[in-house]
Amino acid sequence: MPKTMPRTMYDKIWDFHLVEERGEGVGLIYIDRHLVHEVTSPQAFDGLRAAGRPIHRVDSIIAVPDHNVPTKDRDQKNPDDMSIAQLEALEANSKEYALDYIPMNDARQGIVHVIGPEQGFTQPGITMVCGDSHTSTHGAFGALAFGIGTSEVEHVLATQTLLLKKAKNMRVTVTGELPIGCSAKDVALAIIGVVGTAGGTGHVIEYAGPVIEALSMEGRMTLCNMSIEAGARAGLVAPDDKTFNYMKGRPYSPKAGQWEPALAHWKSLRSDDGAAFDKEITLNGGDIVPQVTWGTSPEDVVPVTGHVPAPDSFNELSKQEGAQKALDYMGLAAGQAITDIAVDRVFVGSCTNSRIEDMREAAAVIKGRKKADNVAEVLIVPGSGLVKLQAEEEGLDKLFIDAGFQWREPGCSMCLAMNPDKALPGEHVASTSNRNFVSRQGPGARTHLVSPAMAAAAAIAGHFVDVRDF
Amino acid sequence: MEKFTKITSIATPFPRANIDTDIIIPAQHLKSVKRTGFGAHAFESIRYNSDGSRVEGNVFDGDRYKGAHILIAGDNFGCGSSREHAPWAIGEMGYRCIIAPSFADIFAGNCIKNGILTVALPQADVDALVIAAEAGHAITVDLNTQTVACENALYRFDFNPTHKDMLIEGLDEIGQTLRSRGAISDFETKQKMMTPWLYR
Ligand code: SF4
Repeated sequence: MPKTMPRTMYDKIWDFHLVEERGEGVGLIYIDRHLVHEVTSPQAFDGLRAAGRPIHRVDSIIAVPDHNVPTKDRDQKNPDDMSIAQLEALEANSKEYALDYIPMNDARQGIVHVIGPEQGFTQPGITMVCGDSHTSTHGAFGALAFGIGTSEVEHVLATQTLLLKKAKNMRVTVTGELPIGCSAKDVALAIIGVVGTAGGTGHVIEYAGPVIEALSMEGRMTLCNMSIEAGARAGLVAPDDKTFNYMKGRPYSPKAGQWEPALAHWKSLRSDDGAAFDKEITLNGGDIVPQVTWGTSPEDVVPVTGHVPAPDSFNELSKQEGAQKALDYMGLAAGQAITDIAVDRVFVGSCTNSRIEDMREAAAVIKGRKKADNVAEVLIVPGSGLVKLQAEEEGLDKLFIDAGFQWREPGCSMCLAMNPDKALPGEHVASTSNRNFVSRQGPGARTHLVSPAMAAAAAIAGHFVDVRDF
Repeated sequence: MEKFTKITSIATPFPRANIDTDIIIPAQHLKSVKRTGFGAHAFESIRYNSDGSRVEGNVFDGDRYKGAHILIAGDNFGCGSSREHAPWAIGEMGYRCIIAPSFADIFAGNCIKNGILTVALPQADVDALVIAAEAGHAITVDLNTQTVACENALYRFDFNPTHKDMLIEGLDEIGQTLRSRGAISDFETKQKMMTPWLYR
């Protein structure tokens, strides 16, 4: 395509990073930034060592442990030897290759996708990767950011590039205005409810429209985070003044003298008028209602005012069977009101919803009330040490503790239950994370994805409630 | 990487839609710092009851599909996380090829890196192959001709030529890319001038 044709933001970032064309839409793409964590990197470092290869650009990397760090008693010995091995491997590899490494007890430690933006490491127009599918989060800044497997981690470490097939362009426009009580999480779930978990496969989704423009940077991160749940490897939001203000003065942000040219570059990234999208979806933001998932796929979602669907309400046979399996696993009956589902455990955290705004949103619901007796545990897990400090400065930790919630150290925690933070078999969990897969939060655990406000409200009520009248 | 050209084998039918990477290999088994040892835990929730006993008649264990190198799967197979432990686990079970109506992007990429061929065919063709697999018929997958043959049926599939070369020759992708060293360093020289703030 000649460069004078109107291009999408994705086209521009692709063109800008194309090292070599390889035909059939495949290109060797330069990677600007690489986030490394303990679970998907040890085998990649081993591969490098075995081949005697150096790391191509050490300054493109931040390494931080997050997936299986404990969220309490960090001064005591980690009870899990396997987890120790991964944490030690990350530290040793970081030392050996002289990487920027943030240790577990550093105030900046946290979930990769929270600390990238926080450190100004995530920037508009860059290409960014991490061995974690929710790397899509960073698209909130207009960065082409996507998850990769361990072989690709090794490939980027050794070559600073990836061989990629260019994706198609998809645009999701959310018009109107979001009702009070709805947040970016509800927008994300509503979109997945419409396009399905494979709707974005092979595409990069650009989010646009007044609702997206009105979202804070935190909200945009929540939304882009869940692009992968719609099947898209990456999501994008056009950078604007909110983005630029967020970037100012962060440790890795462009410094004085470089700021102005950076800003000019960032402003040139938006999709051109008339750029072609292969797929377009439009939703009316005003129609969005707080969302709750009832099944074992993020597309199994209904408004909190709704009911658990009957399997025969689906058209395709495979969907009907899937729905029945999901209901059996979740221990739910068709037609049951969502607000009748009792909640056994609550998790506010994960790279989807663990930023300061999410902490504020959850705390604001409490209003001096306490967790319901039938709720065994409410875990509030900030996304980074800096989020934790900020929340404590604002006194949010006190509100949580007074309500009987637990205020933990930062990490992935019950999002994937690799550390001791798990739900028990059969328990219903109100969770602000991104995946309600079978056993994701512990063997047999039943996950319902919701926003932070909805999770906190469920913790107090003991069942799902419509946060708009709570 | 192990080369892939052509295989003939019986196939395991497992046509459920939206099989995610947590089902393929649950997170609690990702703590190893090695590439091996995941096969025993693959599809754990399908193969084992919560008390650790085998699920009777599950397609992965028992004699019926023993020795199968082909897995026939459902739509959107491998959705979810980027964990390469998923294809490592599937490879360790002995599978070299997965046939499904569609695959999640990251998972499909990870398979190629591990010498596992992912073949996308229309749902109706996959349905026919499931029936053939259940009947114990052998299936031949030929990457050279990009065909799947079973009894009298022949199905053609699309495959990216770059990835095809990689699989057929069993190439070390990093070694290949490093041949473009010059182009990479030219790119960096240019980028350093245009966006110098990305360099420290
Ligand atoms: S919080 Fe969950 S989704 Fe996010 S990086 Fe950690 S494990 Fe992955």
